[in-house]
Amino acid sequence: MSFTLSAADFLSVLPESILFAMGMVVLVFEMFGTGRDTRNLAYLSLLSLLVSGFALHRLAGRGITGFGGSITADPFAIVLGMIFLLVVALIVLVSIRYLHDRGVGHGEYYALLLFACGGMMLMVSSTDLLTIFIGLEILSISSYVLCGLIQGDLRSNESALKYFLLGAFATGFLLYGMVLLYGATGSIRLPEIAAAVNRSEVRGNPMIWYGLGLILVGFGFKIALVPFHMWTPDVYEGAPTPVTAFLSSAPKAAGFGALIRILTEGLGALTPEWSQVLWVVAALTMTVGNALALQQDNIKRMLAYSSIAHAGYILVALVAGGRDSLGGVLFYLLAYAFMNSGAFAVLILASSPVRERVTFEDYRGYGYVEPALALAMVVFMLSLTGIPLTAGFAGKFQIFKSAIDKGYVWLAVIGLLNSVVSVYYYLRMIVVMYMQRPTAEHPPERVVPSVPLYVAVAASALGVLYLGVFPAGWLELSVRSVTSLLAGG
Amino acid sequence: MELLLNPVVISLVKVLVIILLFVMVVGTVLTLMERKWMSAVQDRIGPNRANIGSFRGRGTLHIAADGLKSIFKEDTVPEGANRFVFTIAPFFGFFSAIVIWAVIPFAGPLGGFTFQITDVNIGMLLVFAVTSLGVYGTVLAGWSSNNKFAVLGAARGTSQMLSYEIFLGLSLVGLFMIVGSVRVSDLVAYQNTYWFGDVLPKWGVLTQPVSCVLFFVAMLAEAKRLPFDAPEGESEIIAGYFLEYSGMRYAAFMLAEYVAIVGIGALTVTLFFGGYHVPWLHADGFHLLGAVLPLPAWLVVLLQLGAFIGKVLFFCWLVIILRWTVPRFRFDQIMALGWKRLLPVCLANVAVTALVLLAVDGWQ
Amino acid sequence: MLVFFYLFAAAAVLGALGVLLLRNPVYCALSLVATMSALGGVFILLNQEFVAAIQILIYAGAIMVLFLFVIMLLNLRSDEQFIARWNPGKVVGIAMALVILAQLVGVFTSASATLGPAGEYPAERIAKEGAVEIVGGLLVTQYVLPFEVASILLMVAIIGAVVIAKRQIAKPSQEGR
Repeated sequence: MSFTLSAADFLSVLPESILFAMGMVVLVFEMFGTGRDTRNLAYLSLLSLLVSGFALHRLAGRGITGFGGSITADPFAIVLGMIFLLVVALIVLVSIRYLHDRGVGHGEYYALLLFACGGMMLMVSSTDLLTIFIGLEILSISSYVLCGLIQGDLRSNESALKYFLLGAFATGFLLYGMVLLYGATGSIRLPEIAAAVNRSEVRGNPMIWYGLGLILVGFGFKIALVPFHMWTPDVYEGAPTPVTAFLSSAPKAAGFGALIRILTEGLGALTPEWSQVLWVVAALTMTVGNALALQQDNIKRMLAYSSIAHAGYILVALVAGGRDSLGGVLFYLLAYAFMNSGAFAVLILASSPVRERVTFEDYRGYGYVEPALALAMVVFMLSLTGIPLTAGFAGKFQIFKSAIDKGYVWLAVIGLLNSVVSVYYYLRMIVVMYMQRPTAEHPPERVVPSVPLYVAVAASALGVLYLGVFPAGWLELSVRSVTSLLAGG
Repeated sequence: MELLLNPVVISLVKVLVIILLFVMVVGTVLTLMERKWMSAVQDRIGPNRANIGSFRGRGTLHIAADGLKSIFKEDTVPEGANRFVFTIAPFFGFFSAIVIWAVIPFAGPLGGFTFQITDVNIGMLLVFAVTSLGVYGTVLAGWSSNNKFAVLGAARGTSQMLSYEIFLGLSLVGLFMIVGSVRVSDLVAYQNTYWFGDVLPKWGVLTQPVSCVLFFVAMLAEAKRLPFDAPEGESEIIAGYFLEYSGMRYAAFMLAEYVAIVGIGALTVTLFFGGYHVPWLHADGFHLLGAVLPLPAWLVVLLQLGAFIGKVLFFCWLVIILRWTVPRFRFDQIMALGWKRLLPVCLANVAVTALVLLAVDGWQ
Repeated sequence: MLVFFYLFAAAAVLGALGVLLLRNPVYCALSLVATMSALGGVFILLNQEFVAAIQILIYAGAIMVLFLFVIMLLNLRSDEQFIARWNPGKVVGIAMALVILAQLVGVFTSASATLGPAGEYPAERIAKEGAVEIVGGLLVTQYVLPFEVASILLMVAIIGAVVIAKRQIAKPSQEGR
């Protein structure tokens, strides 16, 4: 049995390898000398993300595949990888002060973030079910631990436990689905599955349908689609706020990336069937997410439910299918990463270990105490609502327009109505900040300045505005990146 | 005649002969020999009083006396114990000590007949799988006894056995890499090949000396023999996990321990000391430096049987003598030794073996 | 052979039911051990001795022992607290489980449910070349990437376990917030 690894094999996983290796370096670095200053760990992590991003950038356009085609550095994977790196970089920035103030896990925190990032990149760049699954598990296990980072805090423990139990359960569904798919098609490679599914006698095999269903359930858990969303608010509320910021954007993006790859590259022949199922799920997800977000007084919970609603919008694009829609998904994922991380960054900046500011009441009159910060929050809220000149608008516009073009008028209408509903709770934040007077039990305080946090907020705000005002460049790149996916399926 | 040649019947006969005539007998005799050898170490005579009339047989009757005593003693189940689990627990240890004999060859094949119950291609993996089940005996016995000391002993035993199971497997990886198989007959056959023409047999202990030591240590810990008998630790926790047992069930634990000692001997011999092979003895006679001394096949097999049993008995003796010459390790020392010393050595051994094999392959 | 299959299958199913229905946590764990071992038997009937050995070695011999170990250390003797009374959630859960069972039975008994094309390693070839050799070879050639990445996964899990389990020794744990 002769077998050799070529340079292309190593190159194809270079960005991930850098992250995994640097994760271990961070762990070891913490033990020695300068590593005890936790800021150094954060900067080291940022550096690793940067180097990994550079490697990813150099891979672009070369069409490298490795390990017998099970890893591909196609534009889709590279664009998503860049989004992950960006989100994780923002999370590292917002975590520095949070961790330092609370004196919780340092080396392991950054290392787990890096591992999770590597896992996500592996998920979206892999074209076989096995590697996708392992990437997903690296991400999931890192996330469970990150949720439970604050040991003394019961809610953090509850969050980790709940996430772990339900996540493990979902993993079982996903794996069973993959097994059935493998049993019916005889392959774990997406291109070979696609070839098998194209034959009609395979398509009549109920094992494929059952497998597809279970895979949808498994991913539904991971990206919190209704009716598999129950864990979201408790997990998000209990987790440390930077972790919540991470969970609500990056893993969802990774889940969508892998799901899109499986559904288009592997099961593209079954599009008419799965898109019907996802139609219903998308409508439910948007509506339930928004309806529940309306009732929240805790901003973390509100953002948790709103992240469910946003997953619904993204799902609309997946249902519609085609280049423009899937390009819209990538665009929306980046836009959401900016606006969501930005909103959480403001929450973290405004909070201190003494006083967590996580309810609407806490922000009464905040616009007059911290005008700049409040303004940034306004930008994020407007973007989440989808007001023109923000990234959120451009994203929603692209998604709903392409859905209408494809004939999914009703789904688009449901989405638009939901956007209108969401105005209430996003604008409530703005109303509270500018039109209500602070009360005695919720006195406004100036924030303790922190350069990394300011950088994160400013970067997110600029990103939101830039994507909102000049969406064309990124949109074109997004649409171009998904072309390779559709060519095969 | 038809019936006697049926493979199933032949296997059954082999099982009965090996288990009843060899394993159980040696195990039982060892219970006496341990006390005899212990006495020798301590310059005493040892048990010699059991008698029938004036016949004492240098203490051999104590074997029968012990058996009778176990049978007639009251078999108690402590109050608050979980009766069902308490009853089944002793069988797990016994089971795992017995089943490993399925793959041990006693001598070379004679005609179409093999002196081995079954030569499965997963070979040693079967041994690992079965040994791993032995832990249940410890954990269940300790838990079901409703006794703090028993739970303590079970906790020690479980963590010790689980930890050393890892080195048990890892220590053999080097050997598997050299031979290129995990099948027991391959492992044994390889040890009857020679360096320098036909001079030096490639016994496991010569090709993998580190592995040999590690394996022996890990087996001692698996069997909870000194210096790894913290789970029983009679000076600290009375008798550990089986302290509430009496009568036949207690005897089952004791017998399982001695059967396990024979198992240690058999596995060590099979893997590292040439198995049933006598150096330079091939199927047709002795070969050394080009000279040949032809022997009939039945005599070869007899020699091999004798060699195997002799080697196994030597290792039984070694295990028992070790008990009376080294002190017990403290429990934290056992764990530290395992994870911090033996595990790195195991991994290094695998890596070095791989490099050497690569170098040798590249050379040729 | 079919007799043995039904024997093992029945043992596996009974074990699984035992896990659900028995009240004593130790019995539940032991039932699971029985299930795992019976599955090992099924693998042997499929001529996959290697998978069977690994199944018993890892699940029955290692993982379940740790389960029992934890049960023992926590001393979970009282079984009442784990048994919820009948409630709507349980009814719905059982109903869903039955629906899934019906679906699975439907899927696997339907005439069009056929396995995909056979792979390169039919049972005869495995018997000839040895399962350990084939699996070992594949792990470091065709599947070297998942194999290596799985080691990262395990490391992440270990780090996670240490992070969760370690106590903060340096200073007394501060109350939440």
